[in-house]
Amino acid sequence: MQREPQTQGGVPRPTVISVRGLTKSFGDRDVLRGVDLDVHEAENVVVLGRSGSGKSVLIKIIIGLLEPDEGSVEVLGQTVRGLSQRAMDALRRQVGFSFQNSALYDSMNVSENLAFPLRMNTTGLSTHEVRDRVYDALEAVGLVSAVMQMPSELSGGQRKRIGIARTLILRPKIMLYDEPTAGLDPITSGEINDLINQVQQTYHTSSIIITHDLTCARNTADRVAMLLDGRMQRVGSFAEVFDTTDPQVKSFYDYNFTNSEPR
Amino acid sequence: MVISPGVDAFAIAVYESASFVKRFVVELFQRPIHFRELIKQCYAVGVLSLPLITLTGFVTGIVFTKQSRPSLAAFGATSWLPSLITVALLRSLAPLVTALICAGKVGSNIGAELGSMKVTEQIEAMEVSAINPFKFLVVSRTVATTLMVPALMLYCCCVGLMGSFLNVHGNEATSLASFFKTGFSTITYLDVFASVTKSFVFGFTIGIISCFKGYNASSGTQGVGRAANASVVLSMFVIFIEEMLIVQIINWLRGF
Repeated sequence: MQREPQTQGGVPRPTVISVRGLTKSFGDRDVLRGVDLDVHEAENVVVLGRSGSGKSVLIKIIIGLLEPDEGSVEVLGQTVRGLSQRAMDALRRQVGFSFQNSALYDSMNVSENLAFPLRMNTTGLSTHEVRDRVYDALEAVGLVSAVMQMPSELSGGQRKRIGIARTLILRPKIMLYDEPTAGLDPITSGEINDLINQVQQTYHTSSIIITHDLTCARNTADRVAMLLDGRMQRVGSFAEVFDTTDPQVKSFYDYNFTNSEPR
Repeated sequence: MVISPGVDAFAIAVYESASFVKRFVVELFQRPIHFRELIKQCYAVGVLSLPLITLTGFVTGIVFTKQSRPSLAAFGATSWLPSLITVALLRSLAPLVTALICAGKVGSNIGAELGSMKVTEQIEAMEVSAINPFKFLVVSRTVATTLMVPALMLYCCCVGLMGSFLNVHGNEATSLASFFKTGFSTITYLDVFASVTKSFVFGFTIGIISCFKGYNASSGTQGVGRAANASVVLSMFVIFIEEMLIVQIINWLRGF
């Protein structure tokens, strides 16, 4: 089902995330039933699926927030399961995670939200250097003007951007986006899609983008992986994945793009 | 093996609480030390509780003096008021009142704050940023309550004595020096040591229970409310049990 590794100038790109045979259950409910997925360097992979299909569970296992029942996850050449806390922290510094609800720290303003992970993970940075890194990250997401605002004063789109800026401040090699456009209007969603592409081009990150928004998938994906019934049913380019007669996949596409007739 | 759902749930709760305390002890002595956060929490627990402790301590001192006077007056022993009030405040009233006030004010605050952070994924956000949320949130808050409750207790005791003095001075025209000389002549180092130790225990109890409830809050706003409520109720319950046990130990040390 999976495509050949992506290439750059005929040379295969190295794999930065490798998921094999991943299973995860919550009580009687099998959420993941043997998921395989590869993400290559500087590649955006979009994982599509219905709500509750286990997409977020997949990236939470990748970052080590959840333990899988079976299967293995390798990130940047390290097997996530069984890593010591120190090794896990070192790995997490290289992986940015953008939460669905942004998860900004309520008690801190934007500047403090961004500076916090930097101060906690680096030593010897002067106040000026921290400030410069904060402004660089805010510039990357186009929100320098919000530097002193509290999270409660920001709109949904701004919160998403600040959430992404907070992950960028540690200059990660991999970005994991959990529903980056959920709850946003189409224009703001488009801006977030552009931002995801811009982040990949500027910082050469590899990304997994979890979404059920096909516009987001079409605009950001180098490859799309369709998670249905706990398995990756189709993996390929956006056109390849939806060039099928599979009713489940087809209905997903039709509902988004063709069957949206006005009442 | 399932004994019964109730017993199983209780056993799991005890195991989880013990694991939480064990993790606290382990992480307390590990680097990094979040000194800035500790100072911030000490300020929140200590300085921001001063107005409430002042009012409560002062009122306790006055009311306890007013209530005690008729009983002592019946024996012509109102001159014992300073001694009685000092002993009562230092040994029992100040530690207990301070602990209960802090359980209500600080415990609910910590429970709600951590519970809210949990349900809005802010704790997970720390984890994925390679920050140890337990160390940053739980250790700093628990250490802050453990250090600040004894300080507030001593302050409460002083304010209570001032309240008592005002009442005694108004009725018996006792001077400040005479009041404190009489009061302090009846207390021992063991009284001070016992009360400070007791307050350390109460402070730790408030911090660790509130953090435990907040840190393990279930999803949703209801979970936050439950965490805040459970922090206060459970802290107070445990404080009363500890008070009873510690009094027994102190009395045994006194030779009673």
